[in-house]
Amino acid sequence: MKNTLAISAVIFTVGFVTIPVVWSDDDDHWEGMEEYKHQSTGVAAVTNTVYREECGSCHMAYSPGLLPANSWMKMMSGLENHFGDNAELDAGTEKSITDLLLANSADRSDYRRARKFSRSIQLNDTPLRISETPYFRHEHDEIPNRMVTGNPEVKSFSHCNACHTRAEQGSFNEHDIRIPGYGRWDD
Amino acid sequence: MKAPYLIFVVLVSTHINSVLADNTTINSLLQSYAAKGATEVNAEQGQYLWQKTYPANGEFSQRSCASCHTEKLTAPGKHVKTNKPIEPMAPSVNSQRLTDQKKIEKWFKRNCKWTMGRECTAQEKADFLVYLYK
Repeated sequence: MKNTLAISAVIFTVGFVTIPVVWSDDDDHWEGMEEYKHQSTGVAAVTNTVYREECGSCHMAYSPGLLPANSWMKMMSGLENHFGDNAELDAGTEKSITDLLLANSADRSDYRRARKFSRSIQLNDTPLRISETPYFRHEHDEIPNRMVTGNPEVKSFSHCNACHTRAEQGSFNEHDIRIPGYGRWDD
Repeated sequence: MKAPYLIFVVLVSTHINSVLADNTTINSLLQSYAAKGATEVNAEQGQYLWQKTYPANGEFSQRSCASCHTEKLTAPGKHVKTNKPIEPMAPSVNSQRLTDQKKIEKWFKRNCKWTMGRECTAQEKADFLVYLYK
């Protein structure tokens, strides 16, 4: 009886300790000590109409909080070859969009998830693709290629809203994930 | 030299007015293309240019307007790279189309450069415009 109790206690304790580890998101190594105004799992949603029109016509209007200021500066200085497409803007529009991107960039955002993007990037690195940032890669490292690059309805990790149904609202919560042809994704 | 130029503008204007008098945005753009060297407007030529494929380096080696917009102007298109839906081009089913000069010029610039590897000439723009409008 005593043995049974002891074994039960061990099982209970081990279970208690290990289960949270197994199920945790394991992205805490980019967590800072700061307090954020927005503790949620989101980034700021894009509401600016000029930005939505100019940047959201061809692709999802990515939240400025997904890349740091240096990356946005580099991106905006090369719009004539924007990932193989021409995205030139007139000087006035380019300036207003650059200002918006810099003011809300990952390293200046007060959204917790935006700061994780920022913190994952080396100081001397200037990634242009959100999908190449260490935080992004870490968050997607368990997803098989057949669900994304091999999935004709998704095609690329650049198409956030193909699976993150509320990406345009700035939410990347796991409960909102629906992978076309596969359904929900539980980490 | 000035006299023949004026006559030419008047001739084109007459033609435009008879076809497109109800649309000031398009009239005004066509006038500006005429001033930059467009000699006549031809919707069939616009259609030919719209469907023609142009060779390109890198991703998507055969490009055309229809790559994203499809060959049917009343149908919705899809960005060939990002999959983002594109509203139909025909004003008959999308009343927002061809109503904003600045926007038209912006997309001519971007999309001619991607598709043809250069900016469109005034003549090509005039032909595209009447093809899309009709």
